Amino acid sequence: MRYLPHTPEDISAMLEAIGVKSLEDLFPTVPHDCRRTGDLSLPEALTEWELNKHIDKLSNRMAVSPEFKVFLGAGSYDHYIPASVSYLLSRSEFVTSYTPYQPEISQGTLQAIFEYQTLTARLLGMDVANASQYDGASSLAEALLMAVRITRQNKVAVSGLIHPNYRQVIETYFAPTDCEFIELPYTEAGITDLSKINDLENLAAVAVQSPNFFGCIEDLQSSAKKAHDKKALLVVGFTEPLAYGMYKNPGSYDADIACGEGQSLGIPRTFGGPALGMFAAKQKYVRNMPGRLVGQTVDVEGRRGYVLTLATREQHIRREKATSNICTNHSLCALASSMYMASVGGSGFKELARLNYDRCEYLKDRLRKAGYSSPFNRSTFNEFVVQFPQGFETTYQDLLKKKIIAGLPLECYYPELANHYLLCVTETMAKEDMDTLVREVVT
Amino acid sequence: MKELSELNLPDDVRYAESHEWARLEGDKVKVGITDYAQDQLGDIVFVEMPEAGDSFEKGEEFGTVESVKAVSELYMPVGGEIVAVNTDLEDSPERVNNSPYTDGWMIEVKLDDASEMDGLLTNDAYLEKLKG
Repeated sequence: MRYLPHTPEDISAMLEAIGVKSLEDLFPTVPHDCRRTGDLSLPEALTEWELNKHIDKLSNRMAVSPEFKVFLGAGSYDHYIPASVSYLLSRSEFVTSYTPYQPEISQGTLQAIFEYQTLTARLLGMDVANASQYDGASSLAEALLMAVRITRQNKVAVSGLIHPNYRQVIETYFAPTDCEFIELPYTEAGITDLSKINDLENLAAVAVQSPNFFGCIEDLQSSAKKAHDKKALLVVGFTEPLAYGMYKNPGSYDADIACGEGQSLGIPRTFGGPALGMFAAKQKYVRNMPGRLVGQTVDVEGRRGYVLTLATREQHIRREKATSNICTNHSLCALASSMYMASVGGSGFKELARLNYDRCEYLKDRLRKAGYSSPFNRSTFNEFVVQFPQGFETTYQDLLKKKIIAGLPLECYYPELANHYLLCVTETMAKEDMDTLVREVVT
Repeated sequence: MKELSELNLPDDVRYAESHEWARLEGDKVKVGITDYAQDQLGDIVFVEMPEAGDSFEKGEEFGTVESVKAVSELYMPVGGEIVAVNTDLEDSPERVNNSPYTDGWMIEVKLDDASEMDGLLTNDAYLEKLKG
């Protein structure tokens, strides 16, 4: 599909057809004081080499790996992207493709999305996955709205160990509705305290994230039981799907909806975006799912083909009764992740998960031996919390000058966790860099 | 699509302007959608229904019917408690197309107010409405 700008001739022909003199005549309904009157104040145009220099200068203000040793995760992870992914993704058939609005003519795009859905459903252990949402946060918010539709109840219990930014997005989604959002506290072990659920009625969903924001593996079995005893849906979120190469996936714990962030799977961190909202559910809830769905079928001659299916749930057909006001997806990111999953393969995925786990355990162990332990004793994946001594901020700043980012200070999200840091280690972190961190912290 | 003269509009049911039919059977009323409605919708692929025990007033939405090209709401032609739903439609929603007044029934309602049946249209009156 091509996007060509209009020429001045095109524009005047269109203006003539609708009987107005100028583009300006199209905007009289916009109040005058909402309109810009002067020109934009922009600097002089730069040459290409000047511009490159300027952008380099800007980008050098950021701490980027591999120059910096970045022990930051918290929802965005540094994983190696195989060359096959970058190559395939740069093919023009894929890189120019937008979510298909004239879908059935784009068989290749539909097939690629179908494969993404298949891989996602298998990874999460769910029956059916959609063509993707914007990111982990919007997926989770959509999942909770879906649970409200299915159960016709208006309360959701959300773990306080779901990514703080995700919880903010949920609050934004829920603010104009009459639904209530109850936050569940966490236990000394660093997992969600489910006991509060007993006292809640009219519950539509229980939402937990596993691995949670502290990197700890949640007790999904108990979460499922608590949710289902209350006739609520269990929504399992995640920021690090690679964990399911090692730990049991949401589907094996009878999750009703599994959704989260897929950035880990072949998408660079690129300053926080673009991201990939993975979204999967049980088959019986398919009609209540948000977003687009690609299905496989046969044509009149019995040949395999792909279609957008169940489109009657979508807003361009069903208006205000649609399951969601999102009927687009992050196609290119979804394709990147399916290329990644296919490139790494089933056994490779498990090996990679193990490698990540082992690396992270190495740092955890080294820090423990140096006297810095985690307050939480639960199993973790890729990330863990460490309590550093009071006044560690100064060390943190010194390390930054040495191009080491010693994790995420948790106090701004959890005021009770002063001097606690969330450290992340993936397969790209070298042993010597971890040794350096430990040495620097000790001295 | 059918001509109005081809429509099957039996006289043992009453019709709502929102294209549902209601048939009094003892003290209960069976409800479905009319031949006109199923014909307009085309191939029906899913019927979302309430649960037995739910109660709705006349005119309230009790479910949705989804065809290959649209989703439409279903409205109660009379008010009352749902005593049964046609679970056969879960696996064979095409029954609504094939036999809208028999196998394709949707819900059975225990009437709140028997006089509500009198407010519904006869087959002739419904046909007049369709003619516009």
